[in-house]
Amino acid sequence: MSGEFWFHPALVLIIGALVLPLLKGALRKPFMLLVPLLSFAVVLQLEQGVFAVFPFLDWELTFGRVDQLSLVFAYIMTLMCFIGTLYGLHVDNEYEVMAAWLYVAGSLGVIFAGDLLVLFLFWEVMAFSSVFLVWFRGRSESLATGYRYLLVHTFGGLVLLAGIVLHYQATGDLSFNQFDVASPTIAIWLIMIGFILNAAVPPLHAWLPDAYGEATVSGAVFMCAFTTKTAVYALARGFAGMEILIPLGVIMALYGVVYAVLENDARRLLAYHIISQVGYMVAGVGIGTELAINGVCAHAFAHILYKGLLFMGVGSVLYMTGKSKFTELGGLYRKMPWAFVFTLIGGLSISAFPLFSGFVSKSMIVAAGFEDHLYWAAFLLTLASAGTFLHTGLKVPYFIWFGKNNCSATTWERAADPPWHMNLAMAVAAFLCILIGVYTPYLYQMLPYAVAYEPYTAYHLLETMQILLFTALGFFLFLKKLTPEPVTSLDLDWFYRMGGRVFQLADEQWLGRLNRWGQETLAGTVPHRLNLFFQEGPARLCLLVVRPFWQLTGVKIDGPDGAERQLRDTFNRSLFSVGSTAICTVAMLLVLLLLA
Amino acid sequence: MIVKLIDGLRRRLKLVIRLGYGVLALLVLLDALVLDKSHAHTAAEKLPGFWAIFGFVSCVLIIVISKWYGHLGIMAREDYYER
Repeated sequence: MSGEFWFHPALVLIIGALVLPLLKGALRKPFMLLVPLLSFAVVLQLEQGVFAVFPFLDWELTFGRVDQLSLVFAYIMTLMCFIGTLYGLHVDNEYEVMAAWLYVAGSLGVIFAGDLLVLFLFWEVMAFSSVFLVWFRGRSESLATGYRYLLVHTFGGLVLLAGIVLHYQATGDLSFNQFDVASPTIAIWLIMIGFILNAAVPPLHAWLPDAYGEATVSGAVFMCAFTTKTAVYALARGFAGMEILIPLGVIMALYGVVYAVLENDARRLLAYHIISQVGYMVAGVGIGTELAINGVCAHAFAHILYKGLLFMGVGSVLYMTGKSKFTELGGLYRKMPWAFVFTLIGGLSISAFPLFSGFVSKSMIVAAGFEDHLYWAAFLLTLASAGTFLHTGLKVPYFIWFGKNNCSATTWERAADPPWHMNLAMAVAAFLCILIGVYTPYLYQMLPYAVAYEPYTAYHLLETMQILLFTALGFFLFLKKLTPEPVTSLDLDWFYRMGGRVFQLADEQWLGRLNRWGQETLAGTVPHRLNLFFQEGPARLCLLVVRPFWQLTGVKIDGPDGAERQLRDTFNRSLFSVGSTAICTVAMLLVLLLLA
Repeated sequence: MIVKLIDGLRRRLKLVIRLGYGVLALLVLLDALVLDKSHAHTAAEKLPGFWAIFGFVSCVLIIVISKWYGHLGIMAREDYYER
């Protein structure tokens, strides 16, 4: 199995990324579309099994573990890579496209990794390539945001690595399979923390809105799809049934919703809703039944498409107008009608409206919760879904395309539907969102376990419609309260953003003072005094002894030619002090001899 | 095409709103009178219009709690981090 050549789908993207800068002119754009399509084609023809196993030192590295779980994730990720690249066809900076492809290659590498070492390798590839999607925005904040992003992910990577090393030490096994979640060791906890940092589980989540709100227009489309969903894959593979994930997932689902109410920046609002939606998946992993894991995969699949669509819709507004804050937008439906329709389709999909993708995927996880009698979790997740519709289905479209027109003259002037390739990319994603919602076998046949679940029952339909439409009623009744405010919402990144400042202040206040004291006292005054002491000390001692003799004998003491002056000069020339040191030494030796 | 449709709806806003209320009432009626609730997960769901109340209360709770939380000091000036 290991001997024959196996073509890794990530390899297509890596080779493509390396060739891309060499291509100029008319060839560039067709090539940009071809590479992700090829990678998608490679995934489509993959057969299940274990491939590309290489011996390395004492270990066997497995690059190609292909089964139902890895296939469903690889399918949607390569498909999204194509949609994202099509959307970003306008990007002239070839290095941005390179970064995006390497990032997707990292995700695919993790998904097909059969052991923890390969997984870690690609895990780091993801972090170090995706950061460029933030940096290439080119604003002064982008640089700082990118460094923060890198800092957090490096920390997560180190925790993961520590877990892997400890796990290997304890078991001698590097293979990546379901861990013993019933009695987890410290190593397993560390690996889980590494994973959930990338899944943006609070309190390890603040990197996500920070970075995704600052990424380039097309970079954000990539970022919203890959990091968190790769982490969801890793959790589903290793931690199904880990109970702590249920409350963590529910907290995530609600946390994202709360911050989305406060958020004024449309892309940051969507980013908080990633946290909320990934919360369903994390909770699903925690429930861990076949229905739940199917739900996790289905929801990740649907999520990648509708969240990509939402980021594309809002991104097109940013691309055309240069604005993404609600307080600088509004009333744009006449100017950007297609962007509105596509964003609305994304919004209805994430809100789990019947006939849209979320309806057939999210409900599987909630149903798994009810089936396991986890009523509190199921009800709270349902509550969060009201919040999802409130923001992504209603607030985003309303305050960008309707509502009060806050556009400046230039914003209004620049607003128009985006270029054809952006519209086409959104149309493809929108089509898939509806296809998943309407024709359930398309998605359900790809899931890891056989599906016995039927979303379109009278009860589920009526339940969902009541929740959603009464949420809409609440939205319009409380419209005034929901009007976005031009504020920034403080999140836990405060600690490492302001923590730095506290450190700086402490540095200035305390270390600075210490430093000054050191310089003035230890380096200035003390040596000076010591110098004086050693220079003048013997002279003064001598003076103390000889002065009375001089006074008795009537020697002239004071003045420039006096005896005191002559004595000091002798000492300054060190003639005497060398001699006196010698005398002291001899005296000391004599004392020692006597004592001995 | 889309713009015309939206403008048409906006001109008949009162009608749209009335239709909206009609749909809400219809949903609750269907829930109370027609729907087979034998497969409901919990007893509470058997109350007529349970999910309508759940949806509305969720929405209000989310708005009120979030805004309260935001005004605790979480919402700061836009240039907070630049200062």
